[in-house]
Amino acid sequence: MSHVGYVLGLADDALVAAQRLGEWCSRAPEMEEDIALANIALDQLGVARMLLTYAGELEGAGRTEDDLAYLRSAHEFRNVRLVELDNGDFAVTMAKLLFLSVYQRLLYDRSIGVGDERVAAVAAKARKESAYHVDHSSRWVVRLGDGTEESNERMQAAVDLVWPYTDQLFEVDPDVHALSVAGVIVDPSTLRPAWLAAVDAVLAEATLTRPLDSDSSVVRRGEHTEALAKLLAEMQVLHRAHPGARW
Amino acid sequence: MYGNDFAPLLEQVDSAERDLQQAAGRDVAAGADLQGYFDTIVAADQKIEPRDWMPEAYRKTLIRQIAQHAHSEIIGMQPEGNWISRAPSLKRKAILLAKVQDEAGHGLYLYAAAETLGISRDELVEMLIDGRQKYSSIFNYPTLTWADVGAIGWLVDGAAIVNQVPLCRCSYGPYARAMIRVCKEESFHQRQGFEILHTLSHGTPEQKAMAQDAVDRWWYPSLAMFGPPDGDSTHSERSMAWKIKRFTNDELRQRFVDMCVQQAGILDLRIPDPDLRWDEARGQHDYTQPDYDELMRVIKGDGPCNQERMEHRRRAHSDGAWVRAAARTYAEKRAKNAV
Ligand SMILES: [Fe+2]
Ligand SMILES: [Fe+2]
Repeated sequence: MSHVGYVLGLADDALVAAQRLGEWCSRAPEMEEDIALANIALDQLGVARMLLTYAGELEGAGRTEDDLAYLRSAHEFRNVRLVELDNGDFAVTMAKLLFLSVYQRLLYDRSIGVGDERVAAVAAKARKESAYHVDHSSRWVVRLGDGTEESNERMQAAVDLVWPYTDQLFEVDPDVHALSVAGVIVDPSTLRPAWLAAVDAVLAEATLTRPLDSDSSVVRRGEHTEALAKLLAEMQVLHRAHPGARW
Repeated sequence: MYGNDFAPLLEQVDSAERDLQQAAGRDVAAGADLQGYFDTIVAADQKIEPRDWMPEAYRKTLIRQIAQHAHSEIIGMQPEGNWISRAPSLKRKAILLAKVQDEAGHGLYLYAAAETLGISRDELVEMLIDGRQKYSSIFNYPTLTWADVGAIGWLVDGAAIVNQVPLCRCSYGPYARAMIRVCKEESFHQRQGFEILHTLSHGTPEQKAMAQDAVDRWWYPSLAMFGPPDGDSTHSERSMAWKIKRFTNDELRQRFVDMCVQQAGILDLRIPDPDLRWDEARGQHDYTQPDYDELMRVIKGDGPCNQERMEHRRRAHSDGAWVRAAARTYAEKRAKNAV
């Protein structure tokens, strides 16, 4: 995966996560949660926009954030499958958010001093937001895990459902590894032990069981579930119906 | 930025805020005559606070009005929320998300203001869900195209500002304070709607047509937001005496029309009223009244989206029941362990 591909990966994770979180708007279990989920969606969207703009510049073909968001097809998206999964119930959404935000927080924390100054600048801003996402999702996972019998069952089912998709966050890629050795970016595969420790602590407090790791081979970024094409069809429909229009 | 600002109106929010702070140093002495004391406070343009005695009808009127207002903010998230997933640029998506999030925040401030009158948010939400309390009928119209997001911001948020700025001087302190917070955010909502329409109107022919179609559909329902004409308005007079209301429905509607005409010119969009014209003698515009029979039908439940809006709210509430129960149970366990 090239340098551009790496930046697009971070951008697309944030963009697709924002799109899914936005779907909750006016549907959350509490009004306060409507506000919180919109907030997190806005944070993710903000990061996505900065990184997409940067990826367009790195690529050097004159593509803007909107060109990249609205005019690529599913197979060109570099996000992990975790973020594109349907929202499911509130427990599934919180499981997805916990796993993603712990990963993002670690990644941003370690990206602050990297050689790619643009990524470092985005990371410096995004790490504070990520800390809040981790806090918010952890609290819910604990409340639901250690709440009622029903919420415990739902939370455990959600963790079981989403767990197999977490492998992809730590994909080992030779190009990315080489760039990280040169100090340009962070190799996500190095984040796994810290991620596991953080997630384990939340699951334990939530009285939940961590699923066993599957031994299936890791899916590469760029490989998707059926959900992504549907998500993009909705997201892109208006923009694509008016080629070249300004909004 | 395009001269569209509701700036003069919004300056009144700041002056209402200053007056409210001054009114806090109250110089009327409380005595045994509760009604007399209440009347004096209201007459002196000071604020009734939750600790004060107030007539039961005043309390009931406020609960009904504030709750209806809060419900409107919450139901109002739906028509615009409908376009978050399809917003045509990432910038527009971010602005719209932030706007709909604000509306949820407005709902929360207003429920909190209503709670100071001795009713809980849970009870109010129940009354919304079982249909005992209403929300603004404007949200029973559909958002069919992206331009509707612009038209809602320009016209619906614009009408809300015209309605709400005088409420910043309402005699009930908590409501007045909530309205000051809300109005400050509404100006941003109105501006983003105006900008959406301005961009569409100056874009491709399809975009321009989309903008005009949206204004055509939202104009009369927006005029109806000010309520029935003064002659038919049931609670108006008493609310004016209590200084809950400061202007009549027709006065506010006229003010709104006069502001919109000038802005429609800048937008290069037509207001769908062939009889709209400047009346030199009155110094105001003559305009066609909205269809008040339609307004009554929509209020009674027969609008294009009443069913959907209520169904959506009920489903969100019932789908979330297990989550709220879990949060309660978890908090109880914690409290027990802490003892
Ligand atoms: Fe509002
Ligand atoms: Fe608004």
